[in-house]
Amino acid sequence: MGSEAAPLNYIPILIFIVIAFAFGAVQILLGRIVRPSRPYRAKLAPYESGSPLFSDARVQFPIRYYIIAMLFVIFDIEIVFMFPWAVAFKKLGLVGLVEMVVFIAILIVGFWYAWKKGALEWD
Amino acid sequence: MTFPLQDLLTILPELIVIGTACLILALDPILEATKKDVLAWLTLGALAMCIGLTSSQMTGRVSAFSGMVVIDAYAAFWKLLLYIVTGLTVLLSLAYLKAERLSIGEYYGFILLALAGMMVMVSGADLLTIYLGTELMSLSLYVMAGLKRTEARSLEASAKYFVLGAFSSGVLLYGISLLFGLAGSTGLSAIAAAITAHGTGDPLLSLALVLLAVGFGFKMAVVPFHMWTPDVYQGAPTSVTAFMAVASKAASFGAFLRVFVEGLGAASADWSVLFTVVCLATLALGNLVAIVQTNIKRMLAYSSIAHAGYALIGVVVAGGHSGEGASTGFASVLLYIAIYSFMTLGAFALVGMLRKEGQESDQIEDYAGLAKREPLAAFFMLVFLVSLAGIPPTAGFIGKFYIFMAAVNGGMTWLAIVAVIFAAISAFYYLRIVMVMYMREAEGSIATHSRLETSPALSLVLACALAGVVLLGLFPNGLWSLASQAAPLLK
Amino acid sequence: MIPLSAYVAVSAVLFATGLLGVLIRRNFIIVLMSVEIMLNAATINLVAFSHYLEAMQGQIVALFIIAIAAGEAAIGLAIIIVVFRGKISTNVDEMNLLKW
Repeated sequence: MGSEAAPLNYIPILIFIVIAFAFGAVQILLGRIVRPSRPYRAKLAPYESGSPLFSDARVQFPIRYYIIAMLFVIFDIEIVFMFPWAVAFKKLGLVGLVEMVVFIAILIVGFWYAWKKGALEWD
Repeated sequence: MTFPLQDLLTILPELIVIGTACLILALDPILEATKKDVLAWLTLGALAMCIGLTSSQMTGRVSAFSGMVVIDAYAAFWKLLLYIVTGLTVLLSLAYLKAERLSIGEYYGFILLALAGMMVMVSGADLLTIYLGTELMSLSLYVMAGLKRTEARSLEASAKYFVLGAFSSGVLLYGISLLFGLAGSTGLSAIAAAITAHGTGDPLLSLALVLLAVGFGFKMAVVPFHMWTPDVYQGAPTSVTAFMAVASKAASFGAFLRVFVEGLGAASADWSVLFTVVCLATLALGNLVAIVQTNIKRMLAYSSIAHAGYALIGVVVAGGHSGEGASTGFASVLLYIAIYSFMTLGAFALVGMLRKEGQESDQIEDYAGLAKREPLAAFFMLVFLVSLAGIPPTAGFIGKFYIFMAAVNGGMTWLAIVAVIFAAISAFYYLRIVMVMYMREAEGSIATHSRLETSPALSLVLACALAGVVLLGLFPNGLWSLASQAAPLLK
Repeated sequence: MIPLSAYVAVSAVLFATGLLGVLIRRNFIIVLMSVEIMLNAATINLVAFSHYLEAMQGQIVALFIIAIAAGEAAIGLAIIIVVFRGKISTNVDEMNLLKW
């Protein structure tokens, strides 16, 4: 599998990574050395000259948020079955179409259940 | 491509179960709370259809979807057992959910989805289908364990079950990925061919073997992978506990045997040593820790661990032999699990419905004086406990008898002797409950005594379980011939 | 070309990370993440083997694992939500109504 030559191909990437890290480090260090440091309260605010801060960013999200996120994860991931199906659509023909319809019908049962149980209501 | 009609017909029972589950999930939100019982009857109807279909698939070996699933007598045996157990669980749930004032229609949908997973597990001939079946079963059971949302114990059981269950599926899956690397396919027959071609010395194979054993060990609840069992069995609603203790254990044994015999059969010299150790540890820990329990659900959990140990004796014996010896070994495992299902389900049904002040009374103390208050319930409990202890003329004795005979015939007499000693120890904690029921007087006022909440559905469950325990004890030949017809198909 | 052993090594490290995470970390969400890492380790193995052995099946299995991992994550999250609503801590060690 060309294991002898393999690492050599990656040397440019290694060099690139080293340069990238070095560039970032030099920028930060240089900035720290050169610039004057006079911190005061307004300057330390997250949005300088922006809207005033009213609370910490780490607040508790309402539990609704998690339920929607959960449903999103479930329905979103089904796309992994649809992509290969779409690629091979012509080869699969009518059988593939029927199978995908059945698959989506099962998803709709889940969606109907979540909807009727009020999981999608936001208040 | 043409429609795989033949393949679809082969898996018609699975399709019916999944179709009914979808129907129940769709109907549940629009049904009034008082009419949820309809869903239970729908479930029972689907099960009845499946029993008819599967009994016609008892002969021959049909494989479908290019070898992903296979229907043979072995799969049919487990499926019939699973249908009966699921049917009894549904009847028990009718009574139990009413007593707990839980009106959840989707419960029956989850039971059917779990059943579909189990059916796929026992008839999967490919590690992919077996893994998918295991996950479908486990995901449904995690939710069912936490269905009593008002009770912290139930939620905690669900959380613990989820953590350890997901962990074990991860380990199982890693083992599967290594086997795929070894064989270039996840089909059990391709894996068997690859092992025969490469020999069993490959360290990758040993690692995969251990990982698969750990994964299935969790699902079957054998020592040292048993630690979730007592907590989950105690915390989950009792009807769900009964389902987990019986159906999920049966399906896990079914899939475990198929993977280790059809796929890894060539390495049986390696795994039979491994499982001898596991089996001894399971027998010892299950039986000894059960003695000190004060909660009857916990005690039955340890008892179910111990029973998995007895069933493993059959696996160990069969692993060390080929031909006739192996097939009687496997047949005794099938027989044992079937008998175990009836007695455990009966015991859990009584535990769930024996209540005081609207609560389950699951402390062993609560059983004091039961023989005077509820003579019939005490008698039923007596029969189930005697059978669990393996005392003749009950079915529990027959199960142990066939297992021990297989061990003696297979030249592992020492293992049979060890198991008999542990069976004698187990009699102590089973009969202690009988003592409490018959010999001890109840304390406190009458209002605080536990009573059996009877209902026609519960009576039917208890009658079926009792009939199973007594009839299989007196006439075991029918079931034995079914089991020995199913077992040799593993090769 | 990257040798197969490199993929298997990465996957083994990931699997060990996930395994240790489940065994050592006590926060429910971190345990859930560790389980997902274990599943991903298996996925890497399957895809790598599938490529080197030229057997497509491994990639199909990988697709199924992705879907199952999502289902597992959703159920885990749902359990965390009800446990949290039930005012129990999401710290696995503090769940002690049942002897752990």
